[in-house]
Amino acid sequence: MKAHLTRRYIFSASHRLHSDELSDSENLAIYGKCNNPYGHGHNYALEVTVSGQVNPQTGMVCNLAELDDAVRREVLDRFDHENLNLRQEFAAAVPTTENLSEVIFNILQQSFTAAHLDRVRLEETMMNSFEYRG
Amino acid sequence: MVYLTRKCEFSASHYYHNPEFTAEENQRIFGKCANLNGHGHNYTLEVTVKGEVNPKTGFVVDLKELKEVLNREVIEALDHRHLNKEVPEFFKQIPTTENLAIAIWNRLQGKLHVAQLHRVRVYELPDLFVDFYGEA
Repeated sequence: MKAHLTRRYIFSASHRLHSDELSDSENLAIYGKCNNPYGHGHNYALEVTVSGQVNPQTGMVCNLAELDDAVRREVLDRFDHENLNLRQEFAAAVPTTENLSEVIFNILQQSFTAAHLDRVRLEETMMNSFEYRG
Repeated sequence: MVYLTRKCEFSASHYYHNPEFTAEENQRIFGKCANLNGHGHNYTLEVTVKGEVNPKTGFVVDLKELKEVLNREVIEALDHRHLNKEVPEFFKQIPTTENLAIAIWNRLQGKLHVAQLHRVRVYELPDLFVDFYGEA
């Protein structure tokens, strides 16, 4: 039997949406308040969904402690209480939540191989959420 | 096709133990959940059904009937129960959230006359849930 397991995590980070390829007025027009020069922050809620056959010996898709360890080590330790714009992952990309979802998906796909990575869902605020499935 | 989700809650206790494992293996694999005295959760269950909207009623499914089926087949059997000791599916199977989602699916499958079961989602905690779509 194939089941899908989702775990939710919280981290906080700051960012500024600004593209060097656009003029100041274009940046302001496109990104609005998110373009303010000193940046701002969010409490992000990250949902990681993995799927696979339920192991008959353990009743589990994967060991939850191993998933938690991988997400903590590879995602939370990397981004929690950081300025996303200064991270090398965003050296050439605007740290929108779309791009952050894709970055996190790719990091987890490399670092957690005990189950199939189905989906990364990221809530930037209670009103906005983004999903990336690879 | 329209999807309708009904939510309900139940509280139950359980522990994780595989008699084929040594005490050390049970402890290593299941951690705190291996405590044989058991522990409990407030579970939230979301059941999603799908179907065409009946042009006469505007319903995918009669919600009253769905609620009755959920109460009879799931809530009465699981609420305020010890899953390992009182629910037959878990006499030999570990009551993980994965197995619980599958067991609830099996309890509901075939009991809904009009709509088709689409998804069973079981929250063990607000930050941990399992989805089962009846996939082999």
